[in-house]
Amino acid sequence: MSARGEVVLETRALTMRFGGVVAVDRVDFTLRDGELRCLIGPNGAGKSTFFKCLTGQLKPSAGEVLVRERRMTGAEPCQMAQAGIGVKTQTPSVFNGLSVRENMFLALARHHAGRIAEARTDEALERYALADLRDRKVGELAHGQRQRVEIAMVVAAEPWLVLLDEPAAGMTHEEVDALAALIRDINRRSTMIIVEHDMQFIRMIGDRVTVFHQGAVLIEDHVDTVLDDARVREVYLGS
Amino acid sequence: MTSGLSERNRHLLVLAIGLVLLVGLPWVVDVVTLLELTIYIVYALFALSLGFIWGHGGILCFGQAAFFGLGAYTYAVAAINVGESSGPFLLAILLPAAFAALLGAMMFYGRLSDVYLGVITLVVALILFKFVNSTANETYVIGDARLGGFNGIPGFPTLNWPGDAGSPLMPDEMFYLAMGLLIAVYFGLHGLLRSRFGRIVVAIRENETRAELLGYDVRLYKTAVFAIGGGIAGLAGVLFANWGNFVSPGVFGLAQSATAIIWVIVGGLGTLIGPIVGAVLIQFLTTLLGQQSVVNNAFVLGAILVLVVLLLPKGLMPTLGQLLSRGRRK
Repeated sequence: MSARGEVVLETRALTMRFGGVVAVDRVDFTLRDGELRCLIGPNGAGKSTFFKCLTGQLKPSAGEVLVRERRMTGAEPCQMAQAGIGVKTQTPSVFNGLSVRENMFLALARHHAGRIAEARTDEALERYALADLRDRKVGELAHGQRQRVEIAMVVAAEPWLVLLDEPAAGMTHEEVDALAALIRDINRRSTMIIVEHDMQFIRMIGDRVTVFHQGAVLIEDHVDTVLDDARVREVYLGS
Repeated sequence: MTSGLSERNRHLLVLAIGLVLLVGLPWVVDVVTLLELTIYIVYALFALSLGFIWGHGGILCFGQAAFFGLGAYTYAVAAINVGESSGPFLLAILLPAAFAALLGAMMFYGRLSDVYLGVITLVVALILFKFVNSTANETYVIGDARLGGFNGIPGFPTLNWPGDAGSPLMPDEMFYLAMGLLIAVYFGLHGLLRSRFGRIVVAIRENETRAELLGYDVRLYKTAVFAIGGGIAGLAGVLFANWGNFVSPGVFGLAQSATAIIWVIVGGLGTLIGPIVGAVLIQFLTTLLGQQSVVNNAFVLGAILVLVVLLLPKGLMPTLGQLLSRGRRK
C-alpha cells in the first residue's frame, strides 16, 4: 500500500539540541496520506527524539512541524492529540492503577460526552478482544497485554495519524505476528509512523522506510531497497 | 473493590454515621465537648482539602495552610468591614480558591516538577506567615480592620443566620453548620470524583504522559483541582476563625501545613474518609495527651506517624478496608 495522497505531515529543518549534542539535525521529512512509514536507525540515531518532537513531548530547538499545513511547532502533547494524532510510547504508558475498562473509557471520553463514551467503552473492549480483561487492573497484566491495551486505547479514539514507538519491543513471536496484522488493519484507516529496531518486523510490515543516522536522514526508500543498501548495512553493522 | 462492602453501601454507611453524629451528638454531649468536637470537624475539613488534591490529584502541597489562613483572615477582615457574615463567608471561600488557581496556573503551566511544587507551596505559606506576622503596626489596615501582626485579629463579628446580623450562631448551631458542611463537601467531592472530570483527574495522577497523549490538558485539570482544594481549605479557615472568634498568623504556619500532611498519611492517602478519620483521631489524641505531663506531646505524635508509615503504609482506612474484606472471604 503506497498511497500517494496529499502531504499530511511535514518537518522543515527540524533540529533538536541537548546542550552541545545535536540529536536531530535539520531534518526535512514529508509524510503523505495513507502511508505506513517506518523510521529505523541504530541506537542514538535520533529517531526517538524526532518522534518526540512530532508528539509534542519535546520542543524542537529550531525548524518547523506542519500538520496538514498548519504550523504546530512546539505544540503541547494534548494539542497534538486534539489534532487527531494518536501516540503509543516506547514503554507501555497506561493508567496502571485503573481497570482496563476505565483506561478505555478515558481514551474515549476525550471525544465523547460521558454517557456516550460509557456506552462505546464496552463496544470497544469487545472489538479489541479485551472484554475478558475489563475488570483487571492494567498494572497487573503481562507486558504483551498492556501493549495491546495501549494500542487499543490509541486506536479507539480514531486518530487519522498513528505514531508508534517500538511497538514490537519485548513481544513474543506470536505477539509480533498479531501486531503486524493489527498494524496493517489500522493502516487501512489511518496514516502511520512506526519507529522500530527489529529488522525482521520491518520486513513484515514494510513499505517506505526512513533511515536515521547521526541525527539526519541517511536514505528514504522502499523497504527492500533500503535493506539492500550498502550504507545502511554499514551503519547498522558499524563496519 | 477491595473492601468487603460494595462501594455504594460503604458510602451509605458513611452518610448514615455522618447524619447520626450530626443530629445525635448535640443531644448527648455537653457544650464544652461539642465545641471541642467542632474544631475536630474543622480540622477534618482542612485535611479533606489536602487529601483531595494530594490523594486524587497527585499534587503534594506543603503549604496548604496558605489557603486555610487566607480563608480565616479574609473572613475576619471582611466581617469587620461588612458586619453581616454571608458576604464575608463566601468571599473567604472564593478568595483562597482564586489565589490557589493563580498559584496553580503558575506552577502547572510552568511545568514545575513535584519537588519544586513542594518548595514553592511551602515558601508561599511561609511568606504569608512572615508578612501577616509583621503587620502589627497600626498603618496596616484594610478598611476598618487592623491586621494586628503577631497579635492577630480578635473580636470580629462571627457567623450569623444568613441576612440577619443580629442573630449570631450559637455553639450548637456552629456544630451543625461545620458537620453539615463536612458531610456536604465529602459527598460533593465523591460525586466530583465519579464524574468525567474526576475520572480524568485520577487518570492524570496515574499517568500524566498518557493523559496528555490522549488529548487532556493536564495543566488545566491540575489547576482546577488545586483551586477546589484551596476553596475547601479556605472554608475550613472560615470555620476555624469563627470557632475561636480569633485569628493569628499561626494559621499560615508550618505546623499547620505539616499537621495536615500527617492527618492525611495516618488516615490514608487516596481515600476521602481517611483524611477525616486521621484528623479527628490525631486531634483527639493531642487533646488527650495534653492532659498529662509524663511524655512530650510532639514526641508521641511523631512516634505515631513513624509507626503508621512503617506498619500501615497505606494508612488507617485503606488497611481497615482490606482487613474487612479478608474477614468476609474466610
